[in-house]
Amino acid sequence: FAGLADVSISEDIPVEGEITVPVGSGSPDEDYSTLDEPVRDTIMRDLKAVGKKFVHVMYPKKSSALLRDWDLWGPLVLCVSLALMLQGGSADSKDDGGPQFAEVFVIIWFGAVVITLNSKLLGGTISFFQSLCVLGYCVLPLTVAMLVCRLVLLAGSGTVSFIIRLIVVVAMFGWSTLASTAFLADSQPPNRKALVVYPIFLFYFVISWMILTFTPQ
Amino acid sequence: QASRAFSLYANIDILRPYFDVEPVQVRARLLESMIPVKMINFPQKIAGELYGPLMLVFTLVAILLHGMKTSDTIIREGTLMGTAIGTCFGYWLGVSSFIYFLAYLCNAQITMVQMLSLLGYGLFGHCITLFVTYNIHFHSLFYIFWLGVGGLSTLRMVAVLVSRTVGHTQRLILCGTLAALHMLFLLYLHFAYHKVVEGILDTLEGPNMLPFQRVARDIPVVSNAVLNTTAKAVALTL
Repeated sequence: FAGLADVSISEDIPVEGEITVPVGSGSPDEDYSTLDEPVRDTIMRDLKAVGKKFVHVMYPKKSSALLRDWDLWGPLVLCVSLALMLQGGSADSKDDGGPQFAEVFVIIWFGAVVITLNSKLLGGTISFFQSLCVLGYCVLPLTVAMLVCRLVLLAGSGTVSFIIRLIVVVAMFGWSTLASTAFLADSQPPNRKALVVYPIFLFYFVISWMILTFTPQ
Repeated sequence: QASRAFSLYANIDILRPYFDVEPVQVRARLLESMIPVKMINFPQKIAGELYGPLMLVFTLVAILLHGMKTSDTIIREGTLMGTAIGTCFGYWLGVSSFIYFLAYLCNAQITMVQMLSLLGYGLFGHCITLFVTYNIHFHSLFYIFWLGVGGLSTLRMVAVLVSRTVGHTQRLILCGTLAALHMLFLLYLHFAYHKVVEGILDTLEGPNMLPFQRVARDIPVVSNAVLNTTAKAVALTL
């Protein structure tokens, strides 16, 4: 381009030409454009990604699939189903049914945001949405625990059912915490892992407590 | 939109130096918060970190939730979680600001972050007391913990403040206010949310009384009955 520096165009000659670049018939863009594929393909691809992440949570190995392609569909589905199952369990169902759903929703998202901010402030290398994704997906064991608790409560609500529910919830709480620390603790400086794990522990403890003290009406 | 998100991240970086701690430091500071210092003629050092206080406030929220659930507190307008978070954060931020304002009036050498940190670590005593007494319901045990554990953490905060203030009247105002608020907060947390011991009430009225209710609407008969029995119960324990 250096040779063109002294090219000058006089003012009264209009500049004209074709701006569009002729596109070749088999351009590589067509392979990456997903706008033309059938809707079913798009949905199935997203569902498969979400399903793969669920499997990663249930068997936490140190893989980076959860971190690399983060998405928030899974956390949303889990959060909504947990909030729906926790609804209708208060003492006075006619005016406390509403806030219960919003309460759970807000706790999960607000708690996840706070933990993410905390881990970033402590010097973590993980991005904001990756951390939200991991924390949201690790609510899966607790959702399973909620399902089991509801089924057990259908059978009865005595001491035996309380003990069963306690064991199930504690086990799932431990699983959630371990799963999320397996993914998140690697992104921290090694001597500060405990500082990051503690708020995660508190977060899942609060959710487990809400599940354990749920009594249907 | 990208520039808005960027400026949010830039603001987060302002807080970064306050979170620069090691786990050993946090543990050391937690234990130190229960030990009153003896040397009050020399300004004591206060670590200006926010990680420990923030985690303590969240722990207090979790303990409060546990206490509210086990005592069957019914909150009509608002939610259990909202009340717990509002109470704890309101106390931490509100009382810190108030004492900082008083410190400004009394010429004490303390910054806002240091005050937040001091009060936050002072909540460690509250956490321990409430954790124990929400599970073991004895009034006398609570009073022992209130005076012992609550008193120790208050003494530590008061000693640190006294070491940073000059003048008797100023010291008295500042430390008196802080001590009163801190101890009264613990008292409030216990009595507002704990399970009323059935034995005491059973000796006053025969049938089972309703647990302590926080009802927004004014139902005169129920609230009068509850107030009367609560007052009788308090008078009996004192």
